[in-house]
Amino acid sequence: MSTSTIIERCNELFEDLDFTAAREWKAAEAGRKVIGFMPVYIPEEIIHAAGMLPLGVVGGGDQLEVIHGDAYYQSYICRIPRSTIELGVTKRLDFVDGMLFPSICDVIRNLSGMWKMLYPDVYVRYFDVPQNYLNDIGGEYYRHELEELRDGLAELNGNEITDEALNASIKIYNERRALVREIYAFRSETPWRAPAAEVYLLMRAGLVLPVEEHIVMMRDYLEAAIAEDRPMRDSCRVVISGSFCEQPPLNLIKSIEMSGCYIVDDDYLLVNRWLLEDVDADGDPLLNLALAFIHKSADTAAKYCTSKEDVGQFLLESVRNSNAEGVIFAAPSFCDPALLERPMLADRMSEHNIPHISFKYAENSGQMQPIREQAGTFADSIKLWS
Amino acid sequence: MNTAAKTEVVKESSMVRQKEMIARNYDALTSTAETGKKVASTFVPGNLNELIMSFGMLNNLPEINAINNGMRRKSGMMIMDAERRGHSEDVCTYVKADIGQMSKGNIAPNGKPMPPPDLLLLSYTGCFTFMKWFELLRHEYGCETAMLHVPYTGDGVITDNMRNYVVKQLKEEVIPKLERVSGVKFDIDRLRENLRLSAQAEDDLVWVLQSARNVRSPIDAYFGGVYYIGPIFSAFRGTQEAVDYYRVLRGEIEERIKKGLGPITPEGDMPEEKYRLVVEGPPNWTSFREFWKMFYDEGAVVVSSTYTKVGGVYDLGFRHDPDNPIESLADYCLGCYTNRNLPTRVEMLENYIEEYQADGLLINSIKSCNSFSAGQLLMMQEVEKRTGKPAAFIETDLVDPRYFSAANVKNRLESYFQMVDQKRSAKAA
Repeated sequence: MSTSTIIERCNELFEDLDFTAAREWKAAEAGRKVIGFMPVYIPEEIIHAAGMLPLGVVGGGDQLEVIHGDAYYQSYICRIPRSTIELGVTKRLDFVDGMLFPSICDVIRNLSGMWKMLYPDVYVRYFDVPQNYLNDIGGEYYRHELEELRDGLAELNGNEITDEALNASIKIYNERRALVREIYAFRSETPWRAPAAEVYLLMRAGLVLPVEEHIVMMRDYLEAAIAEDRPMRDSCRVVISGSFCEQPPLNLIKSIEMSGCYIVDDDYLLVNRWLLEDVDADGDPLLNLALAFIHKSADTAAKYCTSKEDVGQFLLESVRNSNAEGVIFAAPSFCDPALLERPMLADRMSEHNIPHISFKYAENSGQMQPIREQAGTFADSIKLWS
Repeated sequence: MNTAAKTEVVKESSMVRQKEMIARNYDALTSTAETGKKVASTFVPGNLNELIMSFGMLNNLPEINAINNGMRRKSGMMIMDAERRGHSEDVCTYVKADIGQMSKGNIAPNGKPMPPPDLLLLSYTGCFTFMKWFELLRHEYGCETAMLHVPYTGDGVITDNMRNYVVKQLKEEVIPKLERVSGVKFDIDRLRENLRLSAQAEDDLVWVLQSARNVRSPIDAYFGGVYYIGPIFSAFRGTQEAVDYYRVLRGEIEERIKKGLGPITPEGDMPEEKYRLVVEGPPNWTSFREFWKMFYDEGAVVVSSTYTKVGGVYDLGFRHDPDNPIESLADYCLGCYTNRNLPTRVEMLENYIEEYQADGLLINSIKSCNSFSAGQLLMMQEVEKRTGKPAAFIETDLVDPRYFSAANVKNRLESYFQMVDQKRSAKAA
């Protein structure tokens, strides 16, 4: 199978705002349930172990006309909650049995309460994560939160979720995480063979497909990408930072690459690689998930950074590990976490003489020319002066 | 109304007392070089003043400094200064006013420079921005930070897991850091004594806020309310000064009720109570007087507000408890208004409208504050549906003067008052 065939399928899934694949999965067997979740991270293993389908809901993108959603939000609030409401109000999420709203910012947090009021029959949970990273404090708290999630889903399903099922799910998700890491490493090594837009679509497919299917798809893609010969361009290598929640339009990702920047790392769709290493699949699964979150998870502005020295280290490592030449801070308009953190990250990059630029976008941004110009100038300056 | 007093603001003795308290606190903060006192910067919601004081430390609140700068019309330049230094125009203006203040010498209202904090006590309660705000301050000051993560009550209840988590952090993280920074050993009896004083002041504060159930209300629970909450939401909860202040304030309000007086405004007593409103959201500070005037000129009294619950929800029964000191601090943090989920907030608004016999709900939606603002349009619809009372929506900001459009706000308020009139006429007919 060629990369283009796989990416065509991913693109179909990406453009399908009715979530047909997830609907079909649900309809294939009586009693199946689908649990939606928002960025940045939820432990999909628990949903999977319950026999349910985790469904990533990351807004409506640039193809969804938001009519009702705007009536729920003031102009100074980002777009992802309004397009998510639009998805709900237009019944595109009417097959979803539960919605999880992870701790990321006040807007998504409050959306959990709105969802409770709008859809009283749906299982709705604000999913909190610890900002204390000590095992017996934050770890213990988080383990209990995971227990509550497990028990809530078990009640919804009418079946107990056993440790054996959880450990089996952890194993499957370990497999997926390993593949995701492999693809990211492959792209970082040879970005012309795995364009950012393709990798993005491939990762995005993982939000709507059963994990087993996604694993096969990623394996096929990697195999095909390795086999294909694509021309290398004289582009510089950049890391994208700040796009961990509301997603940029696909055209924006393409525009950055077209303007002469290879994206060699990013923080899109972090749920697929939030946990940086394999999770121990033996013993107490909830404790293992909790410890993995505390000690082996990615960093974003949604997390508390325990020391001044640690701020920006994750990004710095990403730049170093991917041999990047610069950073593009691309955050959604009105994104509190990303925009509040940006000055600190920018200072950290400056301290290490890493060139950086920043701009804002919305998931429905349409004008790419300014982005192309800015990114193109950035690429030129790196090539000329760095 | 006493229109002669246009230049001289009318003040009661509690106001004068509060002004003196705040001035003394700023003097204490700006003289630490001489006194050797240590300073903890912290936030209003989840403010652990009793604990901080038990270590002999002073409490500095960046939001209050931003409010001060907003009311003195200094925040605009500070915000723009922070924006020039790379802070986004989209984010909270308290943060930018604070950072802008630092870049301008960090001058306190008494004209003296603020000392750098010895400890940033990040009580992450009900507002995501707090977390990054203190990371930004740490970025500037490089001082020690103690983080207290207070989980959001997403299901509208405080679970044992949440409480245990906060208690553990207090015992194992926050208190040891306070001990280290202050050089003072933790004394639980000192904390208990502070909490006992808190509870006394809280009783009187609740009495004052609930006095607005009287028709005609002796207080304005929003514009006046922000003065009433001043001591207890800032550096004075847990002090004898606060107990005394609220005793005096209560006495004044009792007098007003006896005399049949309405709320006091900067221009004197309000002669008439035409509209009784419940207000959701913080006020605008840069045009506070102008904003307030739009209400009292129309005879509109705010009988209950949610902003006066942001630093603690006492009217639903919570009191700091000296017998369970640490658990009580945990429950306090968990119960602050913006740490409550939206259905709970809607229920509170609905109850306020009923209990305070309000004509309706007004939401002042603040650009800077997603913690309050995200979801308010749905809250408004829901409250209207449940109470049958009209609701209205205005938009301003906390301390950014660029986002206060007086003409716009006034127009909307006038339309709203007409709507209330029509509703009344329809009911009477």
